[in-house]
Amino acid sequence: MRFHTLAELAALAEAEKKTIGILMLEDQAEESEMPPDEVFAKMAEYYQVMKEAIRKGLTEDTNSRSGFTGLDAQRVMKRLSESEACAGEPADRAMAYALAVSEINASMGRVVATPTAGSCGIIPGVFVSSQERFGWEDRRMVSALFCAGAIGYVIANHSFISGAEGGCQAEVGSAIAMAAGAMVELRGGTPMQAVHAVGLALKNSLGLICDPVGGLVEIPCIVRNGFGAVTALAAADMALAGVRSVIPSDEVIGVLREVGAQMPEIYRETAQGGLARTPTGKAIMKELKQNRGRGGG
Amino acid sequence: MRFKDVFSIMGPIMIGPSSSHTAGAVRIGRVARQALADDPRLAEIVFYGSFAETYEGHGTNLALLGGLLGFDTDDLRIRESFAIAAQAGLAYAFTKGKGAAPHPNTAVVRLTSASRQIEIVGCSIGGGNIEIVQVDGFQVKFTGAYPALLITHQDRRGLLAQITQTLSQAGSNIVSMQVERKSRMGDAMSVIETDHPLPGAVIEEVSRITNVHVVTKIDLLAEVSK
Repeated sequence: MRFHTLAELAALAEAEKKTIGILMLEDQAEESEMPPDEVFAKMAEYYQVMKEAIRKGLTEDTNSRSGFTGLDAQRVMKRLSESEACAGEPADRAMAYALAVSEINASMGRVVATPTAGSCGIIPGVFVSSQERFGWEDRRMVSALFCAGAIGYVIANHSFISGAEGGCQAEVGSAIAMAAGAMVELRGGTPMQAVHAVGLALKNSLGLICDPVGGLVEIPCIVRNGFGAVTALAAADMALAGVRSVIPSDEVIGVLREVGAQMPEIYRETAQGGLARTPTGKAIMKELKQNRGRGGG
Repeated sequence: MRFKDVFSIMGPIMIGPSSSHTAGAVRIGRVARQALADDPRLAEIVFYGSFAETYEGHGTNLALLGGLLGFDTDDLRIRESFAIAAQAGLAYAFTKGKGAAPHPNTAVVRLTSASRQIEIVGCSIGGGNIEIVQVDGFQVKFTGAYPALLITHQDRRGLLAQITQTLSQAGSNIVSMQVERKSRMGDAMSVIETDHPLPGAVIEEVSRITNVHVVTKIDLLAEVSK
């Protein structure tokens, strides 16, 4: 790729008068020696899988194998149809869609890792709900997925995207930042504004630990995807309004790495600390082990 | 760069619930099967770190076994890996390893077929991406993002030139190359990543070079049998 930092990415896009998404698509085609149409088609297939996961998550039984999570997306949608949402309808819808995809993931359904499965709800939640609201075409959405990918590429190569390496800040935090930057691009913001959205969003995730109960991608991962979608929308709004990340976004990524590297192992997806070790977390883990002993799933 | 391109961030399409613990484990399993280049009869898998702590909840065992059966990350058969392995006559054992590992998500996979045995050490580094860091005791590093050749050979002057010349004549571009030897003039392994998959005839030609022992092909982009 021709860029290594977000500053370089924004400068390239502005110099070439392209969106970050188009720039990423072209660089990917060059790098992989594939025609741009084929590269685009692969991402377009991903978008269809995302939509399908939302549809299933809102209509099918999403109780997980453990039996401790499921159907929360449908609860939020039901309330939305009956009552005014505290955060407003668009935010609640993005949240519900994100929950839906994460619930499909937890029940061993088919999803797209964006950037990981633990954080797979945020980008679809933001993208699909916004597409419905603003009436955008699929092509525009797929191009914005390349924008999200470009942002994730920089974050991943300068820090982490997995909970086991850098905690939840690396996983859900990266997804929020990617969704926020892409949303700025979708709404017609500049590449530099998109990059500011990344820094703003990441700052709000720094320090977040990865402490899944029983080691499952369920508690608290699913609700964090729901919250993540709302945060991404908020970060996009700040950046579009002209709010800047005073600490440059590339430096915030450096902090993500610093905090992740210092994070004790018990908070890096080992289920040995945090929510996983609360009395209830331990009781759930014990119950899971007993079920397995009886030959259950 | 640990992450090579946009599709190492976006994607893969996969069966949940964890890209590190499910999709990455599938890919480590697939590499191990391809490195064995034969039908495995016995698989002994040791998990370390987060893999060891959480593999049952994440279905890492189902996923790794699915990879050993040749499944890709989005194959719904992963859910039934235990039963399918039993039908295929593949015995398996999962254990938790003690001590240090190269990465929080590490698996050591020892595979045995009727005629061959291989041991690989793989790490799942996030988002479904992997790094293979050891093959049969040789320190290596490849990701499966590109097609790769694993070549065991003797450490001999000029041998690498013969190998690379063969690839060059076939019009193949080398992305990366590593050589590890156990001793001077002793056993060695080379790992060569190429931009495009190599035809079988080229691999045959490499394997006929004097002092080359075994050549196996790793290609995670290859079509999976359904």
